Amino acid sequence: MSTPLLEVEGLVKHFASGGVLRRAAPAVRAVDGVTFTIAPGETLGLVGESGSGKTTVGRTILRLETPTAGIVRFEGVDLSTLTAPALRAMRRRMQLVAQDPFGSLNPRHTIEASIAEGLLIHQITERVALRERVAALLQEVGLDASYASRYPHEFSGGQRQRIGIARALAVEPRFLVCDEPVSALDVSVQAQVLNLLMDLREQRGLSYLFIAHDLAVVRQVAHRIAVMYLGTIVEIGPARTLIATPRHPYTQALISAIPDPARRRQRIVLTGEPPSPTAPLPGCPFAPRCFHPARDSRCTNERPALRSADGHGVACHYAE
Amino acid sequence: MTDLLEVRDLRISFAPPGAAPIVPVDDVSFGVAAGEMVALVGESGCGKSLTGLAILRLLPRGAQLGPKSAIRFAGVDLATLSETTVRPYRGARIAMVFQDPMSSLNPVMRVGAQIVEAIQAHASVPFSTARARAIALLAEVGIADPADRVDAWPHQLSGGMRQRVMLAIALAGEPDVLIADEPTTALDVTVQAQILELLDTLRRTRQMAVLLITHDLGIVAGRADRVLVMYAGRIVESAPASTLFAAPQHPYTRGLFGSIPRLDGPVERLASIAGVVPPPGQWPSGCRFHPRCPLAVAACVATRPPLVADTAAHATACWVTAGSPT
Repeated sequence: MSTPLLEVEGLVKHFASGGVLRRAAPAVRAVDGVTFTIAPGETLGLVGESGSGKTTVGRTILRLETPTAGIVRFEGVDLSTLTAPALRAMRRRMQLVAQDPFGSLNPRHTIEASIAEGLLIHQITERVALRERVAALLQEVGLDASYASRYPHEFSGGQRQRIGIARALAVEPRFLVCDEPVSALDVSVQAQVLNLLMDLREQRGLSYLFIAHDLAVVRQVAHRIAVMYLGTIVEIGPARTLIATPRHPYTQALISAIPDPARRRQRIVLTGEPPSPTAPLPGCPFAPRCFHPARDSRCTNERPALRSADGHGVACHYAE
Repeated sequence: MTDLLEVRDLRISFAPPGAAPIVPVDDVSFGVAAGEMVALVGESGCGKSLTGLAILRLLPRGAQLGPKSAIRFAGVDLATLSETTVRPYRGARIAMVFQDPMSSLNPVMRVGAQIVEAIQAHASVPFSTARARAIALLAEVGIADPADRVDAWPHQLSGGMRQRVMLAIALAGEPDVLIADEPTTALDVTVQAQILELLDTLRRTRQMAVLLITHDLGIVAGRADRVLVMYAGRIVESAPASTLFAAPQHPYTRGLFGSIPRLDGPVERLASIAGVVPPPGQWPSGCRFHPRCPLAVAACVATRPPLVADTAAHATACWVTAGSPT
């Protein structure tokens, strides 16, 4: 196997939560020991419900957040060892596509100014060639080059997401963290943007960390899928196997809860909601909602490690 | 089955001063029977939420109902009522729940007090009776320890529990019809499944007519009895849910199905619909889907296709595919 493009080892991110009136409150353990790799050209899907820590994983990898513990290596380099200028140079290679591109586009800048910002900061393109470069990027993401002189509010959600993608691609990255890139879009537009992301991956040889709450969307783009629950990965494996034969009870419930217009599946309706990430459980984080017939006191007392077989890992004491 | 709620020729228009009128909902007709769940499905801007609001006469300022529009409920045309005479229907006979339970709940009022308020708005009962009723309603919508939770503040509840509280408030007036506008969109998928299950149970146990307004065809499957697909202010297809999912006829409906990533079968490129929904006011002539339609012919540009039903109550507004086998 080739050297991974990205290696994440034991990543931990806790947020100190200063309560109201500065009363000391327990830290929010958003990410609690996450390990995975992404190979060149590979897409890893990161799935989980709100509060599972998936967005924090993406932001910590890009160093938009400083990890509490753990190592992130990109192209073999430990990002924590880099000086600020070296890190900035590294950011050319890794970019973020956010859920709400409107929030990340300056409403008072033209689309051209927004897309060109990265090109100027990294001194990639000379000013004279800027216009041409922006036009080419717009066309690459399926937009008319004449849109460059317009402002963000003139665009629909799908068009804004295309602009967000063009902006990320401007600095010629190898790796994109896509954080819920289509969840704010209508289904017909969602399909267009997913197709675009797959075309770009092919043409530019990109790798993605594709973060989403929707397993069906993730299956569409990801080679491998990691399922997060309460700050940890409970299952990771090849996309097809993980969805066809999920091993972790949470993954099984998640898949059964997804409405499928084509057929009515046997539903596992979970009781309750995920527990608070401020009070970590000593055992399996899923134990309070688990329905596995073999579950017992071991599940509530001892945290299961991620056991791997054939590249399919599961963190459950009793999963086959 | 007679329809408990019947909407006929619903037309909603806005006439901004000095500009051409905009008609975001045009010629929409459907009915919902007691104990039936009808889903109104469409993408943003198709007019589905305005349709729901129109039934309760909660349209925003400046919106006008068309002269032929009728909203018949229990022998009365709600469209003809005045603001005062329509009030007894709101909440008591026809209730509504919205997408975001946090902004619909009062943050500085305990949830029990909000349910009691709703109960006493519809019936003159003493506080103790209303409070007991509130606890019973919380139990009915599946909140554990309702006698304790009745004194909780909204911020102490999770998103799923807040939506359950909203349902309890909606049920406070013992409505015959429940309009649920994107009730699960803000929720996680495992919690969404719980709320949908609850809606399904409530309409069966209470024989309520439910109009489920959603952008998500997926949540409709296996739960709704009938599905209405809206595009650009009009219903383009209407069918029993099983028929629609087995054999969608309108090119827009087919495009929607093709756009949804699947959990089974081979991963293929999604058959997306080209272009975007035009905003109201820029809707094209004839069939409003024709600029995006792969099957469009000359008739589609010139003339609006009527919504024609076949023998199985499957109606499609399309010159090309209506009645043709899929």
